[in-house]
Amino acid sequence: MPAAFALGASFGVLARASHVGALAAVVMSGTTFAGSAQVAAISVLGGGGTVAAAVVAALLLNARYAVIGMTVAESFRGSVLRRFGESQLVIDESWALSGGGTPRFDRRVMLGVGVALWVGWVGGTAGGALLGGLIDPSSFGLDGAFAALFLALLAAQLRSRRAVVAAAGGALIAAVLTPVAPPGVPILAATVAALAGWSRT
Amino acid sequence: MSAAWATVLAVGAGTAALKAVGPVVVGGRRVPPRLFGVLSMLAPALLAALVVVEGFAAGRSLVLDARLAGLAAGALAVALRAPIWLVVLAGGAATALVRLIG
Repeated sequence: MPAAFALGASFGVLARASHVGALAAVVMSGTTFAGSAQVAAISVLGGGGTVAAAVVAALLLNARYAVIGMTVAESFRGSVLRRFGESQLVIDESWALSGGGTPRFDRRVMLGVGVALWVGWVGGTAGGALLGGLIDPSSFGLDGAFAALFLALLAAQLRSRRAVVAAAGGALIAAVLTPVAPPGVPILAATVAALAGWSRT
Repeated sequence: MSAAWATVLAVGAGTAALKAVGPVVVGGRRVPPRLFGVLSMLAPALLAALVVVEGFAAGRSLVLDARLAGLAAGALAVALRAPIWLVVLAGGAATALVRLIG
C-alpha cells in the first residue's frame, strides 16, 4: 500500500503538470485503477497526441486484464453487479499476491489486497495532485520524470526472455516511426512487438 | 468537454469492461495460451515505446537532450532498487538540472 500511494502521488503530480485537473486525476485513479495505463494516457495527451490515441494506448496496456480476469473467473459468484464490482479489484499485484494463475487462487485475499491498494492509489493521487498544483512544470523536468517513470514500470515487466524481446521490438518500432508518423501512432504501432508472446516457452 | 475529461471517462469505462469480461461474461473457460502470451507482452512492448517517445522524441525527430540525464538518473535509481517516487524525482531533477546548466 505505501508503494501504491507513492506511485499514485507520482501520477497526481505528473497529471497536474500535464494540465489534467486534480478532480479528473482522482476520478481516473478511482475508476481506471491501473498505473501504467493512466500515465501512458496523460503522456500521449501531453505529447500532442489525440484523445483517441491516448485512449487506445491506455486500453491496449490494460488488455491483459481481460485475460487475467478470465484466469480467475470461476472463483467469482453472485449477482452480475457483485461480480462486476469485485472484478474491478483484479490488478497485477492483487492477482499475483492471491495466487492468480494457480489452483490456489483465493478471492478473499485478492479483494483485501485490492481494496488496500485502491485506497493507497486514490489517496496518493489526491495528495500528488494537490502538491502538483504548487509546482511549476517548466522548471521541473517533467518530460524526464515521465521517461524515468516509464523506465521503472518497464523494468518491473522484464521478467522473461520474451518480455525483453517484446520491449526491444516496441522500442525499435517507436524509434523508426517517430520521424514519419503523427504523435501517438508510434506508440500504438509498437503493439506489433507483443507478437513475441506468440511462441510457446 | 475537455480532452483530459474525455480521456479519463473513456479509459475508465474501457478498463472497467476489460476487467469485468472474465468474471461477468466468460465464466470458467480456458484461455488459449498463445492469446494469453501475446496479450501479456503488450505491456512491455508499449512501455518500451513510451520510454523512447517520452525520452527522445521532439515533434517528429529523435534528439539527445537533457532528458537523457533524466533517463540515466532514473535507470540508476531503478538499478539501486529505489522506491518509484524516488525514480520519478531523480528523472525530473536530473533533467531540470541539465537544462539549468545548459
